[in-house]
Amino acid sequence: MALNASYVGRTFGPTQPYEVSRVKIAEFADAIGEPSPLCRDRAAAQAAGYPDVIAPPTFAIVLSTKSSAAVTHDPGLGLNYAMVVHGEQSFTHARPLHAGDVVVAQSTIESIRAVGGNTLLTTVTDITTTGGEQVCTARSTLVERGA
Amino acid sequence: MGGTSYTQVQAGTEIPPRQYPVTRLDLVKYAGASGDFNTIHWNERIAKSVGLPDVIAHGMLTMALAGVFLAEWAGDPGAVTELGVRFSAPVVVPDDDKGATVEVAGTVREILDGDRVSVEITARSADAKVLTRAHAVVRLA
Repeated sequence: MALNASYVGRTFGPTQPYEVSRVKIAEFADAIGEPSPLCRDRAAAQAAGYPDVIAPPTFAIVLSTKSSAAVTHDPGLGLNYAMVVHGEQSFTHARPLHAGDVVVAQSTIESIRAVGGNTLLTTVTDITTTGGEQVCTARSTLVERGA
Repeated sequence: MGGTSYTQVQAGTEIPPRQYPVTRLDLVKYAGASGDFNTIHWNERIAKSVGLPDVIAHGMLTMALAGVFLAEWAGDPGAVTELGVRFSAPVVVPDDDKGATVEVAGTVREILDGDRVSVEITARSADAKVLTRAHAVVRLA
């Protein structure tokens, strides 16, 4: 199914504020096998110059997925989620997310392209603190496989 | 933190490969931690019904392993300021005690200012390149 090209440039969000917690960071670090004490031990993180324990770089996917769900689940876009695979992903961090951050995310549809029977949907999500500090930009390309 | 020093590396410096096991249990843990409960990552029946050979790992888990790899090299997960990948093949995870293995390696491509370097990453599983166009910017001590 072709996606609704008029959605290019449309922005969704911002999300409700999300509080980054020490427990969630530790759970995520455990799940990916990240052994660093900087993700678990506040004193170690502070000794390294951070305000509190820091999240691994791909933790930002938790926030960008919450934000881009508004895009992927919008019935007007016409995305068949059963046929979707993750094509590309990137993160650019101004700084690591840390425990105590309260952040919001906003997603914009950057492009919709047809490539060889598939449709590529690229979304850019900006993650900022509720105080307006830019923390991370996440760019995600989803591939809707052709039937 | 025992990380690699900026003055120790140059363009072409290779980061020694690491192997990361990925089992079905790891997929369940990652699903819970990330909130990605897509059934193809834990249900063989659904995975096969959509044309996959078996349950596959979350692409984001493979990408996270590349992050773990770079964090160990730099001595700090917060030193990985940019990370980008293309998911080129799935990591197929059989229902046994061994699971799959993802091997990650890297090469320094360019020395940047601010104690940063750009790195090209490779990731393979079962002889397939599971990440392509994988690159990072890492700040070194």
